[in-house]
Amino acid sequence: MAKIEGRIVVNNERCKGCELCVVACPTNALALSKHVNNKGYNYAYMLHEEACIGCANCGSVCPDACITVYKVKNS
Amino acid sequence: MKEEVKLMKGNEAIAHAAMRCGCDGYFGYPITPQTEIMETLMENEPWKTTGMVVLQAESEVAAINMVYGGAGCGKKVMTSSSSPGMSLKQEGISYMAGANLPAVIVSVMRGGPGLGTIQPSQADYFQTVKGGGHGDYKMITLAPASVQEMADFTVLAFELAFKYNIVCVILADGIIGQMMEKVVLPPFQPRLTNEEIKQKYPWATTGKTPDRKRNVITSLELDSALMEQRNIDLQKKYHLIEENEVRIEEINCKDAEYLLIAFGASARICQKVIELAREEGIKLGLLRPITLFPFPTKIIKNHTEKLKGILTVELNAGQMVEDVRLAVNGKIPVEHFGRMGGIVPTVEEVLDATKNLIANIQK
Amino acid sequence: MTTQEIVKPENLVYTKPSVMNDTTMHYCPGCSHGVVHKLIAEVIEEMGIQEETIGIAPVGCAVFAYNYLDIDWQEAAHGRAPALATAVKRLMPEKFVFTYQGDGDLAAIGTAETIHACNRGENIVIIFINNGIYGMTGGQMAPTTLEGMKTATTPYGRNVELNGYPLPITNLVALLKGTRYVTRQSVHTAAAVRKAKQAIRKAFENSKETRGTSFVEIVSTCSSGWKMTPVNSNKWMEENMFKEYPIGDLKNE
Repeated sequence: MAKIEGRIVVNNERCKGCELCVVACPTNALALSKHVNNKGYNYAYMLHEEACIGCANCGSVCPDACITVYKVKNS
Repeated sequence: MKEEVKLMKGNEAIAHAAMRCGCDGYFGYPITPQTEIMETLMENEPWKTTGMVVLQAESEVAAINMVYGGAGCGKKVMTSSSSPGMSLKQEGISYMAGANLPAVIVSVMRGGPGLGTIQPSQADYFQTVKGGGHGDYKMITLAPASVQEMADFTVLAFELAFKYNIVCVILADGIIGQMMEKVVLPPFQPRLTNEEIKQKYPWATTGKTPDRKRNVITSLELDSALMEQRNIDLQKKYHLIEENEVRIEEINCKDAEYLLIAFGASARICQKVIELAREEGIKLGLLRPITLFPFPTKIIKNHTEKLKGILTVELNAGQMVEDVRLAVNGKIPVEHFGRMGGIVPTVEEVLDATKNLIANIQK
Repeated sequence: MTTQEIVKPENLVYTKPSVMNDTTMHYCPGCSHGVVHKLIAEVIEEMGIQEETIGIAPVGCAVFAYNYLDIDWQEAAHGRAPALATAVKRLMPEKFVFTYQGDGDLAAIGTAETIHACNRGENIVIIFINNGIYGMTGGQMAPTTLEGMKTATTPYGRNVELNGYPLPITNLVALLKGTRYVTRQSVHTAAAVRKAKQAIRKAFENSKETRGTSFVEIVSTCSSGWKMTPVNSNKWMEENMFKEYPIGDLKNE
């Protein structure tokens, strides 16, 4: 059975820690980091990368266009 | 009884003074750096205490026309704005001048031209003093240099507006509007009743009663002879104001050989400059016009007898300096030092400019 | 699979559109402006009209929109964007011309320009960001502020007796024969974002023809003005703003 696996790359310095991607993710793959970027924001990161299905909901709702999404379908 | 001393922003002082001096209405629109005037009024809800109307209009154009309407009723009304908003108000101001209406406008200058910046400037001197609207008219222009003056001039502006049926502008800048200083607010004065307005201002549209003709507030006059007479009457009024309402502050001018002339925030900087100059043995004084119209032309002319040179210090490319040159009439050198775009000069910069002026004169 | 195996150019499904540059946007965290800017950039890129598009920027938080999208822009005075757009489109009819305006710009000081550009049926796109507040100047009341909503000039809540009602400018504009497409969208969920993008795409496609104005309202949040987190702002918007400004097409001709 084909399994879709995804990953995102977050531009940590551009991220403002608004948390909208965390809420938009249907598989709860994301969270805000305990670390902060140069502006003092807790940037988003992949808490459960194996849960990512590459749906790009996070990228869609991101107000700062920080997120790049990759997806592979393998059988 | 001990007066209560408070600490607040210049903008807030305007609002508090307005509520206390019997102002009937404020009509405004948000624009940086003066929005606190309206926010303070909204927070204090004077319509519940004194009955003062406070309204956020849809634009500065709407606001000045609301002021026109209120002034036509003999009410004490005001608006406030900053440079781009003042540009919008010019039509309404010209109409009010032509219709002989009293009102107060607070203009808190920011850098321009155009949308510019939110940092302070004094580049609206021409717009205010020379008339940014169309026609031969003037507005009394008061230039506060402290939070106390923001409060005091609100009261004075209404007095002068109604004394002469003229628009009176309080011309501040972003520094005076935003800075916080001690202030003693004016004593409370109730608003006039409608009966009192009918008595004091029989020209106002309060409703035609059988005992008088109808009142019409207008600036339209198609008959040229009559229109010229209107203008002659306006000019007479302005001459009267020039004779009687000049206000200045002089610091160390008695024995001065050189004079700094500055208003508002730049005058505050100059206060320190003359201190430092005197320490170095330079006989420097400061003349601070408080009224920009009427301009202290005669006073400056009198000073010219014993002066060697004048430097105006303004946050602009050179505006008030033209009026100083007119007063001096070529007798002594008059130069201008200014920064633009919202930059505020340091005391050292102004002192250096003063020394340059002196050096050039001595050559 | 490992991250290295997945993160490869051939597996790319979504990234920042190229029309949007790398300049960090000045908007507050979670601000709807960023999402809408991104969608406009995506539409321009997908339609291949980067060289043909001229944007007219407002006075408001989005005054610096011209720093973020790599197209030609003009900065309008407060409320006057539809007037600039009218001239630009009439003088260069082959271009794609859009205005991007907030609620103060479009529905307060710019009411006349908005109504008349729409009434003339200018072949432009008007993007209207409605968050019921004046963000840039510090959170004052806007024409679209809800009844009871607290702002810097309605600190105790908007009172209709004193300040009138929330202005249904989009409904007014839909009444005019000059408009052909009037819609209300939002960008608070991925599904809403997809619909909003379709609406913006449709508006731009419409402006190829000469059948009138396309007006796209995006009901938005303002975390700073509303004094809520971005996540809570979205919730508050769903529960309150959507009642006054329901999502959907008001006109689609």
